[in-house]
Amino acid sequence: MGNPMTEQTQTSEVQSSAQGETGKNPGIIRVEGMHKWYGDFHVLKDLNLTIKQGERIVICGPSGSGKSTFIRCINRLEEHQQGKIIVDNVELTDDIRHIDNVRREVGMVFQHFNLFPHLTVLENCCLSPIWVRKIPRKEAEASAMEYLERVKIPDQAHKFPGQLSGGQQQRVAIARALCMKPKIMLFDEPTSALDPEMIKEVLDVMIELAGSGMTMLCVTHEMGFAKTVADRVIFMDGGEIVEEAPPHDFFSNPQEPRTQQFLKQILAH
Amino acid sequence: MKKQTVDSKPAGPKPWYDPRVRSLFFQVVAIAAVFWAGWTLVENTLSNMESRGISTGFGFLEETAGFGIIMSLVPYDATMSYGRTFWVGLTNTLLVSVMGIIAATLLGFLIGVARLSSNWLVAKVSLFYIEVIRNIPLLLQIFFWYFAVLGALPSPRQSIEVGGTMFLNNRGLYVPEPLTQDGFGLVWGALLVAIAAVVCIRIWAKKRQLATGQIFPTFKVGVAILVLLPVLAYFVAGSPLEWEVPALKGFNFGGGITIIPELAALWLALSLYTASFIAEIVRSGILSVSKGQTEASKALGLSNGLTLRLVVIPQAMRVIIPPLTSQYLNLAKNSSLATAIGYPDLVAVFMGTTLNQTGQAVEVVAITMAVYLTISLSISLFMNIYNRAVAIKER
Amino acid sequence: MTESTMKPPKKALTPVKWMREHLFSTWYNALLTVVVGYLVVTSVGPILNWALFDADFLGADASDCSGAGACWLFIDQRLNFFIYGFYPDELQWRVDLMFLLLAVAFVPQFIERFPARKWFGIFGMTGLPVIGYFLIPGGLFGLEAVESTKWGGLMLTLILAYIGILASLPIGILLALGRRSEMPIIRGLSVVFIEVWRAVPLITVLFMASVMLPLFLPEGMNFEKLMRALIGITLWQSAYMAEVIRGGLQAIPRGQYEAADALGLGYWRKMGLVVLPQALKLVIPGIVNTFIALFKDTTLVLIIGLFDVLGTVQSTVTDPAWQNVAVEGYVFVAFCFWIFCFGISRYSQNLERKLDTGHKT
Repeated sequence: MGNPMTEQTQTSEVQSSAQGETGKNPGIIRVEGMHKWYGDFHVLKDLNLTIKQGERIVICGPSGSGKSTFIRCINRLEEHQQGKIIVDNVELTDDIRHIDNVRREVGMVFQHFNLFPHLTVLENCCLSPIWVRKIPRKEAEASAMEYLERVKIPDQAHKFPGQLSGGQQQRVAIARALCMKPKIMLFDEPTSALDPEMIKEVLDVMIELAGSGMTMLCVTHEMGFAKTVADRVIFMDGGEIVEEAPPHDFFSNPQEPRTQQFLKQILAH
Repeated sequence: MKKQTVDSKPAGPKPWYDPRVRSLFFQVVAIAAVFWAGWTLVENTLSNMESRGISTGFGFLEETAGFGIIMSLVPYDATMSYGRTFWVGLTNTLLVSVMGIIAATLLGFLIGVARLSSNWLVAKVSLFYIEVIRNIPLLLQIFFWYFAVLGALPSPRQSIEVGGTMFLNNRGLYVPEPLTQDGFGLVWGALLVAIAAVVCIRIWAKKRQLATGQIFPTFKVGVAILVLLPVLAYFVAGSPLEWEVPALKGFNFGGGITIIPELAALWLALSLYTASFIAEIVRSGILSVSKGQTEASKALGLSNGLTLRLVVIPQAMRVIIPPLTSQYLNLAKNSSLATAIGYPDLVAVFMGTTLNQTGQAVEVVAITMAVYLTISLSISLFMNIYNRAVAIKER
Repeated sequence: MTESTMKPPKKALTPVKWMREHLFSTWYNALLTVVVGYLVVTSVGPILNWALFDADFLGADASDCSGAGACWLFIDQRLNFFIYGFYPDELQWRVDLMFLLLAVAFVPQFIERFPARKWFGIFGMTGLPVIGYFLIPGGLFGLEAVESTKWGGLMLTLILAYIGILASLPIGILLALGRRSEMPIIRGLSVVFIEVWRAVPLITVLFMASVMLPLFLPEGMNFEKLMRALIGITLWQSAYMAEVIRGGLQAIPRGQYEAADALGLGYWRKMGLVVLPQALKLVIPGIVNTFIALFKDTTLVLIIGLFDVLGTVQSTVTDPAWQNVAVEGYVFVAFCFWIFCFGISRYSQNLERKLDTGHKT
């Protein structure tokens, strides 16, 4: 603990006072005029978004629309080149300390799980709490078991990831991210790599999590999930935010032609 | 057998269409062919040896060798037996192999990591090293070091001096030999105590981390203890160490430790050559850890250093170790090139001089091959055990 | 905002910026750059001086070498010996012809769009050795015979490596099939053969071939030294070849075997028509890599008294007519090997990359 934490509070104080005029609740994630290029290719164009604490956002859009890149910018797995991203009152810049601070408050779930194959399920969950949060192993394991119970696989704790099914692995990945007790959870197409019969078990866990008040940002094609839990649905295409609306309006009364076309295609069957 | 087949399958096929009969037939033929070939070879060999007047059996191992060997780790002189020459050769082979393995591993890991460096110059220099060294025959490199570099060194009288204690000339490298005096035991004792202390600290630090989560800088403190304690003991005991400095006596140096040029050239060439292969193994091992793994680790808030230590290296090592051991095996086998420059290894001494003097080719070759087979099989055995131990469990 | 025309705020890539990013990004990178750069600069200068600016290229004998730099005219003077060994001057056209045919067969393999390059390759594997078999030793069709003791230099190196790899290929295939056979005795014999040869160094194999092979053979039957070396190299190499091919056999999915069985092909047709063609294609890079290894290892024959390219150079640098030319000689041989091995390994890497993508899709 010690140093980094105090530093974080200092930064947040400085920044919240500087941003004071934006309002009482400036949002746990703020993206302002953000651009990103891959070489000369303009992937993300002038994104602006404010997400309040406890909000659940679903981002959808055709493949190649930049939605995954966007979500990966929020914990700086990708760098943006212009504009601002402020997460939990810390602005993401080249400063390593800021990045580390943001990353320990933001959990992420990947499309391909990315569990560590050389560690057991329990070790996967405890790795970061022990080495980053410096929690005693006993405590870390106890808390990990709680989360594994929450994702309904406590009996697999001592197996290796390779011995589990895809759905189980993804639930472990969610538990692993939750073990850091993050303030925000990012989901990058968590069900895209799963067999159809396993999608539900992962979605159930995510719905349960949404009910607990976690701030969530999900890139997903699961429109049913969006309808049930999202506070807002964001539609991206060509690197831009095309439309942003509560799920009811989004699905029943889309404004933009691009959104209408996308919804027609995705709901066709 | 045939009867059994008929019994179990009353309406079975004709025997030559029955796959089991066929398989049996082929195997019997194979065995017969091998026995026939072996028998012919033995018969030919025996009659050839008889007509050349070569005796058989392992009795020659007891006979006096009568030739000198320029370097031996075990006491040896010309009055000893041929059996003794075997041990001299074997220990020399093991010596250069172990020295080579240590140097090649250090250099190979260094260059392999440098190859992935973000520093352009360092990455390119390592690439240049790898591509040049591994595409040039090892024997040529041994010749280069032995004849072109070490052979071009001055004679003992014009030796290159380092601080008046180390001498380099075309007869070898002469370095001072440490001679321990009374009281040096204290230093050894201190070293043992230090090792024990480090082990204890490590256990304690692990326990403390488990209990409280605090991380203790075990490595730094451990190194400090390992260095400081023996040094302290050394001075407390009154510096009980004397160096025997080599000195010019007649035409050559005496005293101290001598590294003969044959050993130096072989060691250099083997290490540099094998290091280039190890570097490639290390590089591809590190690259084999997928980007998703480092991303997941970073997303969990682990720093770059911790990501490397807890996620990348443990996974890379599983990929690196198997080809690494086969490189070690290659190095041990390649050390037999010693015979080309006269370093007295197993092949040069035993399969060379001893074979020539006794003429007992079959026995000598069989013993030599058995040695290499033993080395190779034990390394494979170790490899299999290791692989089974670390294999990533999957369904 | 007109997004599509917006360019990244990327700084134009100036040399200074590039150096800051790639050479001096952190204090230890800067330190490394300075140290390594110093070493490179201080070593490149003298090496260039020695090899080019102070070197002697022209002249008739050793006295024309000033001694300030490399004495390249030594290579020039003895080049004939390094390439042909003791092969008679007036018959060297036969060797030249073989070099030419070799180039004709294999240079197209490096050119992607060369028409019918497959057939050139097949010629290299079949017709070429047959022509060589008659042409190099002579003795038939009115060609003057040249004993194998007169062969040497680069020519001998190529013969050893080429025949070694070609002859070990069929033996290697049989051993690989044997090792994956369902018959325990065949499998056992193959495993023992492969593991024993792989465990022993090539030098012991060559010793064995030159010392023990004569003992094994019946009275009156004997081979020349070159033939003995070739037998040893082939047997040794076939064990390595078997392991490479086994890798290919294992990479063929189970379904291929089952499909062939379902079609009612017998064992040999299943292997010959379905499995081996796929497996061999997969292992071409592996075969090329073992070829490179063997090519370098052929230098070992000088220990049993054959004059390969390193052998010819080694025997010349100890020639009293030339003083202190060892480095020049070794650099020349190193250069010959490096060109061959580096070129071929690049080729195999390309192939690997292509096969890799081909297999995944």
